[in-house]
Amino acid sequence: MSDQITLRVARYRPEEEDGEPAFADYDVPLRQDWAVLDGLNYIKDELDGTLAYRWSCRMGICGSCGMMVNGEPKLTCATFLTDLAPGPVRIEPLDNFPVIRDLVVDLTDFMHKLGQVKPWLIRDEEKPVEEREYLQTPAELADFKQFSMCINCMLCYAACPVYGLDSNFVGPAAIALAHRYNLDSRDEGDRERLTILAQPEGVWDCTFVGECSAACPKGVDPAGAIQQAKLAAAQEAVKSLLLPWRSK
Amino acid sequence: MISPLEARYHRRRVPLMWWTRRRSYTKFILRELSSVFVALFVVELLLLVRAVAHGPSAYQGYLDTMANPALIVLNVVALAFVLLHAVTFANLTPRAMVVRLRGHRVPSRVILAGVYFGWLVVTAFLAWLVVR
Repeated sequence: MSDQITLRVARYRPEEEDGEPAFADYDVPLRQDWAVLDGLNYIKDELDGTLAYRWSCRMGICGSCGMMVNGEPKLTCATFLTDLAPGPVRIEPLDNFPVIRDLVVDLTDFMHKLGQVKPWLIRDEEKPVEEREYLQTPAELADFKQFSMCINCMLCYAACPVYGLDSNFVGPAAIALAHRYNLDSRDEGDRERLTILAQPEGVWDCTFVGECSAACPKGVDPAGAIQQAKLAAAQEAVKSLLLPWRSK
Repeated sequence: MISPLEARYHRRRVPLMWWTRRRSYTKFILRELSSVFVALFVVELLLLVRAVAHGPSAYQGYLDTMANPALIVLNVVALAFVLLHAVTFANLTPRAMVVRLRGHRVPSRVILAGVYFGWLVVTAFLAWLVVR
């Protein structure tokens, strides 16, 4: 096995005259324990300090280092070079987002949508502190736990062709998080979130391609969450049709 | 209002043939396309009902038209797509439906078995209606 591997990295430097995106090849050591991110760090430290990319924890928790590796959305800290040998390995910024520079994309759109779905506990009435905390059984926790594992790495948005074609779509991670709170026994905010989820750009834009769930590095099933949210939205619509006095 | 920084973003467009880039995307597009054939079967069924309502000669005319080899080939292709549609739809059910029984979540396999059993029952009933 060769002791080097070529990383073909997408570069975009908007300040340059000929600012068109292009690929640059870098040879990095092919080590058993190196992930793609280690290769990028080697480029930054030893070969070309101008390369821009995001990373932080190196252990699949922070969700910063998502990129397209050979056309697939991956966490670069969890994708090993030896699995991609002999190379070259094509590294590009996450699909479906505007590129700020090199491998860095702008996530403002997602941050806006995340706030819209109110991913926090909503109560009709807060219990006074003296009445202690809101208790939950292990079964109630199990109802939503998998959806709470999301690290906002955006791989699901990069995998979703619906979001690529229409960026108004609220998208997999935001809907999965909304669903996580809707399933939480301590939460009473279903109706507030429904105003966002039940819109055409909410759950109904999803055509169940299922690639979001395939891309998720944390085993979350956003595609399942969206279909369950569709069912809940439809049931709510039928209920408000049959029992109009029930709805606010 | 777009800031000067945003104005320099590189915005990539989804290519027209995006669905050829990954097998799962191609499978998805085929599933979407299958809806056209589902609609074709519905139209054929409605035409059959109309022919039956118009009496025996109209019904015979309908049967003669449908015996056209080109239509038979089209219907065989349509059947393949409708089966793809039905099977993929059924297989997705456990992910969309969370069923609880006595506080426990019913496993996916049981829901899936239920869906296919229901399909079998309906098919058997229709077959009995047609051949009896």
